[in-house]
Amino acid sequence: MASSEESATKKLDLQKVMDRIAEASKQVVSGVEAGTVENWVTIYIMGRAYQVPADLTILTAMEYAGYKFVRGVGCRQGFCGACATLYRKEGEYKLQAGMACQTRVEDGMYLVQIPFTPAEKPSYDIAELDYDVNTLFEYYPELARCVSCNTCTKACPQDLEVMDYVQAGIKGDFGDLAEESFDCIQCGLCAIRCPSEIVQYNVAQLGRRLYGRYDSPEPEHLTNRLEEIDEGKFEQALDEITSLGREELEKMYAEREREQE
Amino acid sequence: MKVPYYPGCTLKTKAANFETSALAVAERLGIELVELPRWNCCGTVYSLADDDLIHHVAAVRNLIRVQEMNAQGLVDDEYRLVTLCSMCFNTLKQANVRMSENPEDLEKINDLMYLEDDYEGRVEVKHLLELVDELGFDKVEEQVKNPLEGLRIAPYYGCMLLRPTEVGIDDPEDPQIQTRMLEALGAEKIENPYRKVCCGSYQTVQDKKVVSNLAYDILTHARNAGADAISLSCPLCAFNLDSRQREIKEDHPSFREIPVFYFTQLMAMAFGLSEDYCGFDLNYIDPEPLLSAKGIIGGSNGE
Repeated sequence: MASSEESATKKLDLQKVMDRIAEASKQVVSGVEAGTVENWVTIYIMGRAYQVPADLTILTAMEYAGYKFVRGVGCRQGFCGACATLYRKEGEYKLQAGMACQTRVEDGMYLVQIPFTPAEKPSYDIAELDYDVNTLFEYYPELARCVSCNTCTKACPQDLEVMDYVQAGIKGDFGDLAEESFDCIQCGLCAIRCPSEIVQYNVAQLGRRLYGRYDSPEPEHLTNRLEEIDEGKFEQALDEITSLGREELEKMYAEREREQE
Repeated sequence: MKVPYYPGCTLKTKAANFETSALAVAERLGIELVELPRWNCCGTVYSLADDDLIHHVAAVRNLIRVQEMNAQGLVDDEYRLVTLCSMCFNTLKQANVRMSENPEDLEKINDLMYLEDDYEGRVEVKHLLELVDELGFDKVEEQVKNPLEGLRIAPYYGCMLLRPTEVGIDDPEDPQIQTRMLEALGAEKIENPYRKVCCGSYQTVQDKKVVSNLAYDILTHARNAGADAISLSCPLCAFNLDSRQREIKEDHPSFREIPVFYFTQLMAMAFGLSEDYCGFDLNYIDPEPLLSAKGIIGGSNGE
């Protein structure tokens, strides 16, 4: 009995937390009344101290402090991977990594945003590649330098077993590589932290593409849809949308069909 | 008998025939090799530098997985970790020895791997040849349905099974373990001193010639001593002695090619298992003409 009560409370707390995160995820550059904020924390953005409301995320806190992001921000919901951030908590030596839109500020946090990871990303024609482990090594030879230190996994804001999928790649197990890297949001934090200079997320993308191209069965609905597109089934609808004005588009977006939750 | 098994990367790709043959023959001997969950590359080469602990992390992480297997009940109080590839064997075992002799090193590595349980030092790294030796070669003999009569095999050890002596599975000067295996399989063993000479190892990446020259010496000495084929246990030695025969042939047109077997392929043949387990398509020099000529395949022995 006690345990089910406990889990109910937990659920409730989780909902509260989620609501607060959702609330905090709203853009707050304007609209926050300082007088209504109960709790404040001090954060250090690139070394400079700012007082910010305690329930903001790193992203909204930096906006509150006056930063305007034109790069390094995207969906604000933890899906797109654009707002990679490095931080350190007061009194700790460890540099931590996360998504700025998903991480709450804490008192004494030292922050910097990583707007872009200038990582190696070769071009290839997937149809021309061999479905073989050597293809991974050809494009990303530094893969062989993995020392299994697991630093990548520790950095991953998606809690993926990054080292495991890198190792699956080294073993030529494309299925595991694709499966285990599937939720990657390509924020680049693994690559920034890797002592062996591997670009894990781009390796995984090549692996998933190879697996998709050569191993996983062709999905019938996709083939059918591509045919429909080629036959021009959606051209009229697209023309209609592109001819609409902003207000009409907004109304259309608000009234769009949604999948049931 | 369920024993934790560490395959290593190459056995999943270029040397898949080593694994398929080994798993099949082990099963015949009553050994179930249970693949280590979430294993990672062994580290490939044991780092000899004093202060290079990061390169032992990979090996120790695999040893921790053996503890996990026991905790999860995948094996029952079984801390022997069996390898097939000689390189993996050597790297894992040397790291294991270092951890047992240097508690301070182990503490540092355990600290770095704070997401894992600490390594307790209980694992014993074993090569399959050792495990079979402990079981007894008479048990191997009992399984032989198709003795390799008339097949003259030169066992080749290379470095990683024998050196350094703290981890070697046999006398580094006069290794006999493969000889006992070949005797049990009914093959004729051809001893020659080149069985302990290095194949050139990773020089094969940097400079093919270094390796093809060494391979030429090793193979011609075996051939001159009367061997029809080579038996070994290392995918890198296999690559250097088998695939590099292409370069040898370019330099020495009169060189007579010689098939190179994993010892488990020979076991599978002798046990009368299907050729499917042997995966001869991954051998560079096709051994099938030799096996047919000796009457070892082509009969009705295969299952």
